[in-house]
Amino acid sequence: MASLIGFYSLFSGLLCSIFVIYFSIINFRNSKILDKKILIFTFFQFFFVIISFFALIISFVISDFSNETVFNHSHTTKPLFYKISGVWGNHEGSLLLWLVVLTLFIYLFLIKSEEQKKNYKILTLLFQEIIIIGFFIFLIKTSNPFNYIFPIPTEGLGLNPILQDPALAIHPPVLYLGYVGSSIIFSSVLAGATLNYISKDWARHIKKWVIISWIFLTLGILLGSIWAYYELGWGGFWFWDPVENVSLMPWLCLTTLLHCILVLEKKNILTSWVVVLSITTFMLSMCGTFLVRSGILNSVHTFANDPERGLFILIFLFILIFLSLFVFFFIFKNSNKNPTNLFWLSKETSILINNWFMMYFLAVVLIGTIYPIFLEVVTSEKISVGPPFFQKLIIPFLIPFLIFMAIGPQLKWVKSDLKNKLYLVLFFMISLILTLLIIKNLNINFLTNTVLLTAAFFLFFITVRDFLKKEFKNLSQNIAHFGFSLLILSILFNNIFSTEIISNLKIGETINSNKIQINFESINQKEKQNYKAIIGKFNIKDEYGKKQILNPELRIYNQPNIVTSEADIKTNLFTDKFITMNLVQNQDYFNIRYQIKPFMIWIWISVILICFGGTLSLFKRNYEN
Amino acid sequence: MKIKFYPTFLILIFFIIFFIFYKGLQNPNIYTPSVEIKKNIPEFKVKKFENDKILNSKDIFLDNKFYLFNIWASWCVPCREEHKYLMKFKKDKNIEIIGLNYKDSYENAKEFLDELKNPYEIILSDLDGTIAIEWGAYGVPETFLIHNKKIIKKIIGPINEYSFIEIEEIIK
Amino acid sequence: MKLFKYLAIIFLIINISLANAENINLQNKITKNLRCLICQGQSIYDSDTEFANSLKLVVKQKLENGKSEDEIYSFFQEKYGEWILYDPKFNKNTYFLWLLPVLMFIIGGAIIFKLFIIKKK
Repeated sequence: MASLIGFYSLFSGLLCSIFVIYFSIINFRNSKILDKKILIFTFFQFFFVIISFFALIISFVISDFSNETVFNHSHTTKPLFYKISGVWGNHEGSLLLWLVVLTLFIYLFLIKSEEQKKNYKILTLLFQEIIIIGFFIFLIKTSNPFNYIFPIPTEGLGLNPILQDPALAIHPPVLYLGYVGSSIIFSSVLAGATLNYISKDWARHIKKWVIISWIFLTLGILLGSIWAYYELGWGGFWFWDPVENVSLMPWLCLTTLLHCILVLEKKNILTSWVVVLSITTFMLSMCGTFLVRSGILNSVHTFANDPERGLFILIFLFILIFLSLFVFFFIFKNSNKNPTNLFWLSKETSILINNWFMMYFLAVVLIGTIYPIFLEVVTSEKISVGPPFFQKLIIPFLIPFLIFMAIGPQLKWVKSDLKNKLYLVLFFMISLILTLLIIKNLNINFLTNTVLLTAAFFLFFITVRDFLKKEFKNLSQNIAHFGFSLLILSILFNNIFSTEIISNLKIGETINSNKIQINFESINQKEKQNYKAIIGKFNIKDEYGKKQILNPELRIYNQPNIVTSEADIKTNLFTDKFITMNLVQNQDYFNIRYQIKPFMIWIWISVILICFGGTLSLFKRNYEN
Repeated sequence: MKIKFYPTFLILIFFIIFFIFYKGLQNPNIYTPSVEIKKNIPEFKVKKFENDKILNSKDIFLDNKFYLFNIWASWCVPCREEHKYLMKFKKDKNIEIIGLNYKDSYENAKEFLDELKNPYEIILSDLDGTIAIEWGAYGVPETFLIHNKKIIKKIIGPINEYSFIEIEEIIK
Repeated sequence: MKLFKYLAIIFLIINISLANAENINLQNKITKNLRCLICQGQSIYDSDTEFANSLKLVVKQKLENGKSEDEIYSFFQEKYGEWILYDPKFNKNTYFLWLLPVLMFIIGGAIIFKLFIIKKK
């Protein structure tokens, strides 16, 4: 029953889209005001999609296995929370989530843009409808969440247990609000380009959408990293996995766009570049969707691999690309023909430099992710591009990037001078000395680490100084940059000071290593709703004599029949203690991995700080002059 | 004229990218290490299965004879499927089967062979999996056809009817 | 004389444990750079599968036999193909991979310089 409602709701939504387009085209030519019917149909477009979405949720909750999607991805013994999150943990359901966000955002855009010109609103709506209809067709034709199967199975195939985690449950909705939300920027910029409306006013108008999209994208990526850290059991939080890269690329583009919008809302420069960035952000989202769902990449996160769906998205993506190219080159007439001259020492230039570096980082991630595909097609050779590649190319450039990030905000618009800038050199020296003091006592002597740490400290101290001196004039940027410096510092310290003990232990055995004592005391078994747990009890005594008990688990799930290893992590402000326990085939001992990871929580805190900084700028009324 | 250059250039680039992605979709995503045709077999020292005697690979693989090097384990389900083909090969005088018992316990492996009969001339023991890595294998079962100290054919997964016939043809 | 003997032994132990520590670091570095072929996107270091554990042992043995890092990578490349290495080698297949980003950086810098910084009459 729910499936029927869901399915016909989808069709109704599609019908509303067609009405929206029809009335929009009529309204475009006639009349000065927006036709109320358009607003109504846009609302109902969203309404039917959300009904469809709820219908799917209900089907999951009641375990309606006549629905193929529910059958494939759910099970009666799953806890309620995960039955619901299972709705978007699969290909079809997540596409429905795409539609929810697409239709929601265009409706919100219309009601929040009442003071904007009518034709601009209609064109934005029309461009967005192209995307929406594309997804409707994609959903209905190739990825229907409401397929009926007969005979109705009594039990489902279950959801992969590593996806049954709170962080991962809310990760897709949050991520999509950012990822898919950038569609509104895309549609809006194409509309603006067509109407020659890209200007300060447009920038002021679109800025809140850019920030909202950016906040959710940042949070979404953070949640994914937290999930990887707590759930995947290897203590890492970023692996340069293709799916991770695919979410990072729009983020890099969106952050760059955010900086450019800040320039554009004050001066009419960089208009063409802003158009390019706005288009590229959403195109990267679409490209990412393609890479992840088509089966063309190999990753631990990929969805179902189906080349037919892949082909649809590929064609859809390139239709949008060629449409954008057409609008940009043949319709967009940049009214800003004056060649812009920027003084080399100015805030504008520093934002340009930011763009320059960000685009480089984007290029590294993009090329690193899709190059293996290209190589395989052209030469049939298969290579891997993993963390070492990304680290080698990004870290050296992070150093000047951090330094520019500290200096940029100190410069004035238009023209700045070198007066009163001596404190910059002073702070740099302090950072350098501090770094050398820290590094000197360690056995590592990487030159890169030293300079990187110095640069990070430099940004850190400069942003703190700004916070204490500038009387909250540019608080959002200050906090965001401070957060970024904290992020780099946390990651660096985590890397340098992490230690690990790997050993095979039988029950009752103890191991001593580096002044740390690990005692494998016992094993306990527990039966849970959908798995059986084998819980190990470990007594850990650290080098200061402090004792702790850690309880890693092995979980044997019933459906699907998988064994997972759950780490036990003890977190405090200074360090994380991380332990995992694994079965060894044919042996009576367990493989134990104990890690000490300092400053882990600061990595998460710093990203939240960055986000907070961005959120603050939503509420900023006066611009710094 | 300059204005026309950039769009055409970009459109061309995107067309190329489209075609590459299109072709990329058609490639299968499963990776199998390239079959080492005509590569020399690795040299290694290994323990015999029944006792702790250590053999050198040079003594096991002689020239002018066909060998089937089969990696198996008692806990491996597909190994049971391919067992009948191994027994068929045992009857063939042209070929000798050398087994590598992979990460297995002696008792379980012995039970396996008692139950299904022993097709192997010599059985070697690889308790920690390092010997299999010398051969470039990564799972069980995997089988190598060897002649004159070179690998002629590599089969990943159980031997099926098709590969059985292929091997038969080669060893004739 | 006895003191000298004791000192020598301590010196030796320290050296061995330092060497071991270095070896373990190198071992970790190498296993982080090798792909677990039966997993979906994990390194040998992170993975706990049988295959990964065996590979870790092989790396350890080879290091103890005195093989260098590059020799170990070459060994695995020969057995399993280039796909097992996470750090792509710099050969004719990967010139574009390594050079294209840097090239774009240089071009980007040139564009910015030319369009914005140089004073136009």
